[in-house]
Amino acid sequence: MEMEKKKVLEELKQKFPEKIKEISVQFGDESIIVESGSLLDVVQFLKNEPCSYSMLLDLTCVDYKGQEPRFEMVYHLYSLSNKQRLRIKARLAEKDLWIDSLTSLWKNANWLEREIYDMFGVHFKGHPDLRRIFMYEGFEGYPLRKDYPLRKRQPRIPLRK
Amino acid sequence: MKGSFITTKFNYILGWARKFSLFHYPYVTACCGMEYMSVVSPHFDFDRFGAGWTRFSPRQSDMLVVVGTITQKSAPVLRTVYDQMTEPKWVIAFGTCAVSGGIYDNYAVVQGIDRIIPVDVYLPGCPPRPETVLNALIRLQEKIQKQEQEWRWKRRKY
Repeated sequence: MEMEKKKVLEELKQKFPEKIKEISVQFGDESIIVESGSLLDVVQFLKNEPCSYSMLLDLTCVDYKGQEPRFEMVYHLYSLSNKQRLRIKARLAEKDLWIDSLTSLWKNANWLEREIYDMFGVHFKGHPDLRRIFMYEGFEGYPLRKDYPLRKRQPRIPLRK
Repeated sequence: MKGSFITTKFNYILGWARKFSLFHYPYVTACCGMEYMSVVSPHFDFDRFGAGWTRFSPRQSDMLVVVGTITQKSAPVLRTVYDQMTEPKWVIAFGTCAVSGGIYDNYAVVQGIDRIIPVDVYLPGCPPRPETVLNALIRLQEKIQKQEQEWRWKRRKY
């Protein structure tokens, strides 16, 4: 099993030498940092044989306020045949919050990406229906960003004091 | 004086009739619903106190039981449900979230349903015990008995 993991990572490094910025192993799970522009190519390679990371477990975003680049997209992949996980990260600058959508590869990316758009304001290239999913029409701002005011309320109907 | 005696008695009888024929509409959104279900089921039995009829239609019910967290997104829905209910109507805020927002002091949650609709009985607890729920119902019945009843032929003061 260990051999298998190493092989995947080495193959990845060979195939995309300048697009993979960093590979690190923590508690037996690998995580790689890719250039945000080439995310779709790398993920497509990982999904198909022989790596066969065929399952998108989760897709989320982290706001590192004060750092540059500020946002980091995190993708969790799982290989059913090899029984191993892989974490893919991509950094995004605040000025250019665009990244490739994975809806062409996985159907479940649709709603996950809508959630990230709703909560962090990251835009996804090629997403079929990029709307808010949790919050309502007319909600302003992105509530999971660190600079969203904690006690800010945006009611839909007038509230009594 | 004679007339006022009759009015008082009528008021009392109407209150007595109303407090034992509460048709309730459960607006269940969260985990408090489990506790609500156990209360309406035979073990604790809401029906012993005359509130057995669960009507899943606001137009035929007169007690709104708001069970669980109300978000800003669903606030207009709750408001509509309340407006659709016919008079006389009463509201129980069931659980801490409905009372005050509870632990959810954030962008999404309404901090207590009394910001949207008037509330008669506040029932705290996370979730409240079934005995507490029954106690809340009894308190509401006391309130209904004591209050001045509205009826169709009554001249309105306002």
